[in-house]
Amino acid sequence: MNGTERRLWNWDYTWEVLPELVKAFLKLTLGITAAAAVVAIVLGLLFALGRRADASWISWPTYWVVEFIRSTPIPIQLFFVYFGLPVVGVQLSALVTGIAVLGVHYAAYMSEVYRAGIDAIPKGQWEACTALSLSPRRTWIGVILPQVVRRILPSTGNQIIALFKETPFLIVIGVAEMVTVANQFGGQNYRYIEPITVAGLIFLLASYPTSVLMRRLETRLAR
Amino acid sequence: MTEQFVETAPFFLTGIGVTLLYTVLGALAALVLSFVFGLMSLSRLVAVRGFARVVVEFFRGTSLVIQLLWIFFVLPQLGIRFEPIAAATIAFGLNFGAYGAEIVRGAVMAVPKAQWEATVALGLGRVRRMRRVILPQALPEMIPPFGNLWIQILKSSSLLYLIGITELTYEVKQLQFDIGSLAAFSIALVVYFLIAQLLVLVIRWFEKRASARVGRGARQVVIEQPQAVA
Amino acid sequence: MPAEESAATGEPMIRFEDVVKRFGPKTVLDGMNFSIAPGERVTLIGPSGSGKTTILRLLMTLERVSGGVIWVDGEPLTHERKGSKLEPASEKYLRKARQRIGMVFQQFNLFPNMTVIENVMEAPVSVLGLSKDDARARGTELLDKVGMVDFVDAHPTRLSGGQQQRVAIARALAMEPDILLLDEVTSALDPELVVDVLGVLREIAETTDITMLIVTHEMHFARDVSHRVMMFDQGVIIEDGPPSKIFNDPDNERTRTFLKAVLEER
Repeated sequence: MNGTERRLWNWDYTWEVLPELVKAFLKLTLGITAAAAVVAIVLGLLFALGRRADASWISWPTYWVVEFIRSTPIPIQLFFVYFGLPVVGVQLSALVTGIAVLGVHYAAYMSEVYRAGIDAIPKGQWEACTALSLSPRRTWIGVILPQVVRRILPSTGNQIIALFKETPFLIVIGVAEMVTVANQFGGQNYRYIEPITVAGLIFLLASYPTSVLMRRLETRLAR
Repeated sequence: MTEQFVETAPFFLTGIGVTLLYTVLGALAALVLSFVFGLMSLSRLVAVRGFARVVVEFFRGTSLVIQLLWIFFVLPQLGIRFEPIAAATIAFGLNFGAYGAEIVRGAVMAVPKAQWEATVALGLGRVRRMRRVILPQALPEMIPPFGNLWIQILKSSSLLYLIGITELTYEVKQLQFDIGSLAAFSIALVVYFLIAQLLVLVIRWFEKRASARVGRGARQVVIEQPQAVA
Repeated sequence: MPAEESAATGEPMIRFEDVVKRFGPKTVLDGMNFSIAPGERVTLIGPSGSGKTTILRLLMTLERVSGGVIWVDGEPLTHERKGSKLEPASEKYLRKARQRIGMVFQQFNLFPNMTVIENVMEAPVSVLGLSKDDARARGTELLDKVGMVDFVDAHPTRLSGGQQQRVAIARALAMEPDILLLDEVTSALDPELVVDVLGVLREIAETTDITMLIVTHEMHFARDVSHRVMMFDQGVIIEDGPPSKIFNDPDNERTRTFLKAVLEER
């Protein structure tokens, strides 16, 4: 890399790193985002229902668990699972750790999204279900949840975008997602500009249109 | 194990101190930029609004990790070198300032239109209108979301060890060699949680103050009802 | 016109026994007692806050009683029989007991995530266990009765208020309830649409013997359809009699002033 060190932007280097970055992006960054999102969506609903439970021995601990997860940093949570849990015999791969921690962390945010969505359902819907003698199962699955899902689509989308933007946190436990790969390139070749800039642009290209889409969805659903 | 913990306690405590320092620094930088970008996005001039919009979308659309790495590793290669503390403050300021800009904008737009109209009726200039009427009323709205942002900043300070800052996460990673990984990171989780609860209390205090001030401020500007003619 | 005397005496369909209802510090009903015979059509009138809507809501088990017992067809509604005693009903018991009671709401409350026919079919299928075909047949027939059969696959959000309310009536009737509660069902409608809904209710009154409790401001409708009118004021029945008496020659001064105010609006 001798003669090219002075140049502001090295295109050869760029073409060298680009395919690797895109590969890491598609395989890992997107894959991790998708898997963690699934965890967040499912677990988030459980958290939300738990917080609404009539039994305080369920609602109270759920509230505090959610608060605890929301208030503590992802890197520490990653370290806790990846380095701490093996002490008691639970050994997870870095990838699984990453998905699990991101998933659980965003489940905590999703519980708030669900809560707002459920609270926004008009009281009359609940009363109509009572008037028709519908069972709680049918009330939730047939009437309430379909309406909640529709309402929270934009917020959920925003949460997934936020999750996506925090996948680089996995750098701390060495998961070779896109930013880690960019960093490795930079470290190996003593040249950071191209890999990190390209990584940043890929992020921007992925998240900006999606954000705009979520905003449009929000106005459409508000009708 | 206790004696090892006692030995490392001072480092642990400095770690907490450094974390708090960056949490506050980052928050101040973000606060300033939130208002700068937020008010810019409300400008009458399209160019100003557009610029603010682009900056905000850019910093919201990219990852904080990338921004941090860019400022600390890429800029030096372009000749601009920042000390870790400056890099951290700038990165936090820009990233969280972009999110904060939306908070400012939203809160200002939520002030009832009637208030704007009242200031026009009274002939108040733009700056005075903002300072004395609109912003004081928008402030209470802003505090809870800013509170959330502050907790985000606290959590993000955990990344700063990547650029060599010896905050709490850095110290805890060292601590794990003395008292074991499970203990070290469990303690770290609890400490961050407690700091977050502390921030929540501080935010609540600000909320109370701001709401009270609106009561006082509004009274000074309200238009008197016309006196009934007997 | 229905007969003005009450239906034949026997086991009352509805009986309120010393019913008390408190909302926090506020007591809305204090020792409410009345009976309603099977097939009777009763209109509840009175100023807002007088307790008439609360009575409907208690019957529909949307609220719990603070005291007293509500009986439906000889069986307790708000309580369960445990040996010789009565205990507050469990949720499971209530779910079974309220199947006989249907309600139509002021705000219609149709399910926006289902089509019209799905709205009507939902309870018969999931609660009564009807097959989808049977439920659909029943639903279509009822929608025809309320004049909405052309809209079976429509979405509720596309319908006018009057249309939605008619679907809501069909939905309530699909459960074949013994008791139908109507809570200001036309108050949220534009005047032109009120007529259609009232027409449907009139037909139900004429062609079935469902016991009906109606809270309404539509006095002409009340006069036509009811056997009996109860005037409420501050949680107490201050007058109870046939429409001819209540509307033309009420005993109570309060009833007189109330009716004057309401009828003058029209």
